[in-house]
Amino acid sequence: MSHGPAKGLSRWFLATNHKDIGTLYLWFSFSMFLLGGSFAMIIRAELFQPGLQLIEPNFFNQMTTMHGLIMVFGAIMPAFVGLANYMIPLMIGAPDMALPRMNNFSFWLLPIAFAILASTLFMDGGAPNFGWTFYAPLSTTYAPPSVTYFIFGIHIMGLSSIMGSINIIATIMNLRAPGMTLMKMPLFVWTWLITAFLLVAVMPVLAGAVTMMLMDIHFGTSFFSAAGGGDPVLFQHIFWFFGHPEVYIIILPAFGVVSEIIPTFSRKPLFGYASMVYATAAIAFLSFIVWAHHMFTVGMPLVGELYFMWATMLIAIPTAAKVFNWITTMFKGSITFETPMLFSIAFVFLFTIGGFTGLMLAIAPADMQYHDTYFVVAHFHYTMVAGAIFSMSAAIYYWLPKWTGRMYNESMGKVHFWISFLGFNLTFFPQHFIGLAGMPRRIPDYALQFADFNMISSIGAFIYGASQLLFLYNVIATIKYGEKTTVKKTWEGANGLEWTQPSPLPYHTFTTPPEFK
Amino acid sequence: MSGQHNSDYQTYYVPEQSWMAILASIALGLMVIGAAGGINSLTYKTDGSTSWVLLIGGMMLLAGVLATWFTITIRENLAGMNSAQLKRSYRLGMQWFIFSEVMFFFCFFGVLLYLRTLSGPWLSGDGAGVMNTILWPNFVYEWPLMATPQDAMGGLDAQNAAGHLANNGVHKGPAQNMAFPGFADLLHWLPFWNTLLLVSSSVFLEFAHHALKHDKRRVFNLWLAATLVFGFSFVILQIVEYHEAYSEYGLFLNSGVYGATFFLLTGFHGFHVCMGACILLVQFCRSVMGRQFTAEDHFGFEAASWYWHFVDVVWICLVFVVYLF
Repeated sequence: MSHGPAKGLSRWFLATNHKDIGTLYLWFSFSMFLLGGSFAMIIRAELFQPGLQLIEPNFFNQMTTMHGLIMVFGAIMPAFVGLANYMIPLMIGAPDMALPRMNNFSFWLLPIAFAILASTLFMDGGAPNFGWTFYAPLSTTYAPPSVTYFIFGIHIMGLSSIMGSINIIATIMNLRAPGMTLMKMPLFVWTWLITAFLLVAVMPVLAGAVTMMLMDIHFGTSFFSAAGGGDPVLFQHIFWFFGHPEVYIIILPAFGVVSEIIPTFSRKPLFGYASMVYATAAIAFLSFIVWAHHMFTVGMPLVGELYFMWATMLIAIPTAAKVFNWITTMFKGSITFETPMLFSIAFVFLFTIGGFTGLMLAIAPADMQYHDTYFVVAHFHYTMVAGAIFSMSAAIYYWLPKWTGRMYNESMGKVHFWISFLGFNLTFFPQHFIGLAGMPRRIPDYALQFADFNMISSIGAFIYGASQLLFLYNVIATIKYGEKTTVKKTWEGANGLEWTQPSPLPYHTFTTPPEFK
Repeated sequence: MSGQHNSDYQTYYVPEQSWMAILASIALGLMVIGAAGGINSLTYKTDGSTSWVLLIGGMMLLAGVLATWFTITIRENLAGMNSAQLKRSYRLGMQWFIFSEVMFFFCFFGVLLYLRTLSGPWLSGDGAGVMNTILWPNFVYEWPLMATPQDAMGGLDAQNAAGHLANNGVHKGPAQNMAFPGFADLLHWLPFWNTLLLVSSSVFLEFAHHALKHDKRRVFNLWLAATLVFGFSFVILQIVEYHEAYSEYGLFLNSGVYGATFFLLTGFHGFHVCMGACILLVQFCRSVMGRQFTAEDHFGFEAASWYWHFVDVVWICLVFVVYLF
C-alpha cells in the first residue's frame, strides 16, 4: 500500500487506484466533450444561414444524433463518474473505491463502446440518424445497418454505468469513516448515492429497450410495430422511463458540486443541509413517475396528459427548495468570486432559467405548441450545458489545485468563465424565441424569418466552443507549469475530509480511516 | 483528524494492478463487434464469417478472463486477505447487481402490461382515438393474440396494397398458444412441471444452505446436486417447449406480439436460469473438489443462491402473466 504509481502506460491500463481511474474518466469525458462539441459546431455552421450550404440533410441528422449520444453518454455522465471516483473516497475517508478492479472494468468499457459508436460514422449507410432518443420506427424499420452496432454500444455503456454505480453505492454504504453517519456525508456524496441508485434502476430498462429494437430489426418480432399488435409509442414509454431519470442522473451530481462550492466561497455552512438531502431524494422519486411529459403530443388519453402534467409540476417544489437553499447560503456570506464560484453562481442562475422553461413545457396544452421546437432545445441546453457542464468546469477549477498541487491561472479561469457565459447565452437564449415562433428542431433548413437569431446562435456556439479550448489550455498549463501550492486547504472556507490531505494528493490516502467528528 | 489509527479497524485490501479489467473489456468489445457484424450479415445477406469468429473468440477470451478473475478473488479470500468490511462490499455488489436484473425484467413485464391493457385494446378501437379503426379495420383484440392486425387486413400483401409503408415483414398470429389448458390437461402442460422443478430446486437449495451452516458437507453436496439436476431439467424442458412451439403450435418469434412477448420473457428467463445453474455448478465443483466453503465463510455459494431465488421469483411472476392470465 505504500508504493507509488507504476511506471509507464501500465499505470493506466491496469489501474486499480481510484485517483488514476478518476483521472482516466475525466480525460476520456473531455475528449468526448470535444468530439461531441465538434459535431455541434458542424450543426451550427449548417444553421448559420437558411438553406443547405455545407452538409446533406442525412448527415445533419447523423450529427444531431451523435452529438446528443456522445454528450449525454460520453461526456457528461463519465465526467461525473470520474469526479465521483476521485472525490467520494476522499470525502468519506476511504482508502479507495470498494471494488477497485471492477472500477477499472467500468472505465475501460467506455472507450470501447464509444469507439464502436464513432466507427458507425464510417459505415455503409452512415451513423445512426434517428435522434438521440432513437424512437421506433425511425430506429427500427427505417434505421441504417449501423444501428446494430449502436445497440451493442449502448449495451456496453449500460454495463459500464451499472458496474460503476454498484461500486459507488458499495463505497458509500460500506467505506465511510467511523463517525460519518449518512446525514453527515458531504452533499456531493449524497447526490451521487441517489444518482447511482437511479442508474442501477434505469440502465437495465434501456438495455431492455435496445434489445427489443434489435429483435424487431433482425428477428421478426413486432414490439414496436402495430401490424403484429405492437405499438411504436411503447418504445417512447420505455425510452422515457429510462430517459427522465437519466436527466436527473446528469443533473444531481451537478447539484452536489455546487452544494460543495457555494458554501466554501460564501464562507458559511450550506443552508438547509437536511432539506437538500430530502429534496434530492424527492426529485429522484418523482423522476420515475413523470416520464410521459416528453410525449404530450403522441396521443395519450386525457387522464394521462393531466396526470403527467401535475406530477411533473411537483418536481418544481424540491428543485426550488434547492435553489432557495443555495441563495440563502450566499445571503450575508462573505463572498469572493473565484472561478469555481463564478461558474456555480452562473449555474444557479442559468439552471433556474432552464427549470422555469421546463415548467412551461410541463403544461400539456402549452406543450402542444412548444413540442419539438427550438424552445425545447434551449430548455435542455440550459440544464445540460449551464447545469451539468458549468458545474463540471467549476468542479475542475475547485479541486484541480488539490489534485495537482499547482494553482491554475485565476485570470485565465475568469476569462474562460466570462467567454463561456457570454457564448452560452448568445447561443441558447435566442433559441427560446425562434422556438416559440415555431422553428422545429432537428431540421437542417429553416424559414427566412429565423435567419437573424440563428446566425446569432451560431456565433455564440463558436465562441462557446473556442472557450473550451482555453479551458483545456489552462488545465494543461496548470498541470505542467502552474504555481506550486502545498497548503492543505486551497480555499480558506473549504470544509471536508479531502482538505485534510496534503497537496498534491499522495497516491494513497486514508489507508487507515480518519476519525470523523 | 487524519492519520489516526482506529484499533478495531482492519486495513481495507486494495488490489495491485490487474490485467483482468482491460482484458475483459477487450473481450466484450470483440464479442459485440462480432455479434453486431454477424447479425447484420444474416439480415443483409453478406458474408459474416469474420464476425462469427470475432464473436466466438471474444466469448472464449471473456470466459477465460472471468474464470481467472474469480480464481484470483477466491484465492485472495482463502489467503485471508479479505476483511469483514471487504466481504460486505462483495455482498452489497451482488445485491445491487440482482436489483439491476430485477429492473431488466421489470421492463419486459411492463411491456406486456402495456400491450395487454392499453395499446392492444386501443388497436381495435377502444378509447378516444379514431385512427386505429381506419388503419386496421376488422381487427379484434384478444389475448393471447391469435390474429394480428395484419391478419385482420388479410396479410402482408393486403397491408402493402393498402399503402401501409411502415411494415417490417410478416406478422402472422400463432396457430396455438401456450396458455393454461385447464386442469384436465394439467399433467401434459410443461409449465406445470417447470414450476414444480424450479420451486422445489429453490427449496433444495435452502436445505443445502442450512446443511452448510451446520457444517454437514455431504448433505450440502447432495442437496446442491439435487438443485442442479432440477435446474438443468428445467432448461431441458424449456428447450422441449420451444421445440413444440415451433414444430407443433405454429408459434414463432414473428407471431405478432404474443409470440414476441412469449419468447422475450421466457427466453430471457431461461437464459438467466442457465447462468444461475452454471454459477451453482461452479459452486458445486468448488465444494466437492476444492472443499472450499466453511460453515461461516461461503459467500460464493450464498450469492449464487440469492441469484437462484431471484430467477425463481421471476418464473412465478411469469407463470401468472404469461401462461395463466
